[in-house]
Amino acid sequence: MYGTNQIAADYDAGAVAFAVNMPEPKRRMRSKAGKVSPSDSQASVQWIACVQRIRDAQDEAAFSKLFQHFAPRVKGYLLKSGADNSLAEECVQDVMATVWRKAGQYDPSRASVSTWIFTIARNRQIDVLRKQARPQPEDLPWGPEAEPDQVDVLAIQQDSARLVDALSALPNNQREMIEKAYFGDLSHSEIAEVTGLPLGTIKSRIRMALDRLRQALKDPT
Amino acid sequence: MTIKHHLTDALLMGYSAGNLPEAFNLAVASHISLCDECRAREFEFDAVGGAVLETEQAAVSQDCFANVLNMIQGSAPDPVQQKPSVSDPVFPVPLAEYVQGGLDAVKWRRIGMGAKQAILKTSDQATARLLCIPAGTAVPDHGHNGIELTLVLQGAFEDEEGVFARGDIEVATEEVDHTPIADMSGDCICLAVTDAPLRFHSWLPRLAQPFLRI
Repeated sequence: MYGTNQIAADYDAGAVAFAVNMPEPKRRMRSKAGKVSPSDSQASVQWIACVQRIRDAQDEAAFSKLFQHFAPRVKGYLLKSGADNSLAEECVQDVMATVWRKAGQYDPSRASVSTWIFTIARNRQIDVLRKQARPQPEDLPWGPEAEPDQVDVLAIQQDSARLVDALSALPNNQREMIEKAYFGDLSHSEIAEVTGLPLGTIKSRIRMALDRLRQALKDPT
Repeated sequence: MTIKHHLTDALLMGYSAGNLPEAFNLAVASHISLCDECRAREFEFDAVGGAVLETEQAAVSQDCFANVLNMIQGSAPDPVQQKPSVSDPVFPVPLAEYVQGGLDAVKWRRIGMGAKQAILKTSDQATARLLCIPAGTAVPDHGHNGIELTLVLQGAFEDEEGVFARGDIEVATEEVDHTPIADMSGDCICLAVTDAPLRFHSWLPRLAQPFLRI
């Protein structure tokens, strides 16, 4: 298991390699509270450490830190998805309790903590708001029990941070379309238009990291 | 296994965003279980969801954190589970859960010309059914009012769009009119999902439609 410092140090080294040819994205963070939300991969590395502290030491302070950042965001997402205030409040509690319980299943080489929590909130939303079962894909043969490669962890975290920047740098109407898709406000044909939006370079980098991960699993050397 | 026919970005994004009907989610999850490429693409859309999650905030109530602590009080996080990988040779895990078993557990109903179907229980905005088409048989020429997804689980079929074998998924929209024919080598078993009734071009299957629920 890596400590935060080690990841942070590797992150700096990795950043040089990964930052080549990547223009600094425009920073334009929006938030209702007027605060700047930490979107860089330093922050996301910090969230990984929190999840690992919960998994390894049932650390309530680390959980509190996650809660302060993510609970209002999960609630914002649920309200936008059509929940009323009391339902959203109830779901936030379920989602955050799930974050605690499932801390051992989080794999930082597959997703940022934001992405992981998004998937938990989404599943809860489908369950409670849409009252539907959600079929999940078969588990991969690789899982969190295998020690994730740090290069992949860093690549995924950096890509995810870049994605937040890329999203906020989109023209308003395009960004709103993407948000609407995730808040359940778009029909299938409207989504078909959204998927052409220029997030492609970032997406392909996430795919590269995943491809490398799969390759490493095929021929373990 | 080389999969040649994949999901569209729109379906993957819809799955990731959580706004597809249950029957479509079942087809997407089943294809992803067999297709690493689409699994990776779906991860990308989840990452977009993670980015969207960072955009909105709403204040939680004062006792929210205390309530959560109460819920998890004293409990250690779940141990990492090694899910027994139920590998049914035909049904990927999400589908095996809906069938509640393998091929033996399917409650087939005959729909004529040797073909069989079994409707799976999902929410009613769309219909999921297993189809078993005997080797060499054609499904009558039809078009679609909505979207039809056809995931091949065993055998193969061929239509105007190409050959579809295990793991391949055909995404047919309103523009597609086709006559799928099962491969000669064996019966073809598919998961077919539709969000609107099919549009048959001859009167006989059209007449049978209300009875067969296709």
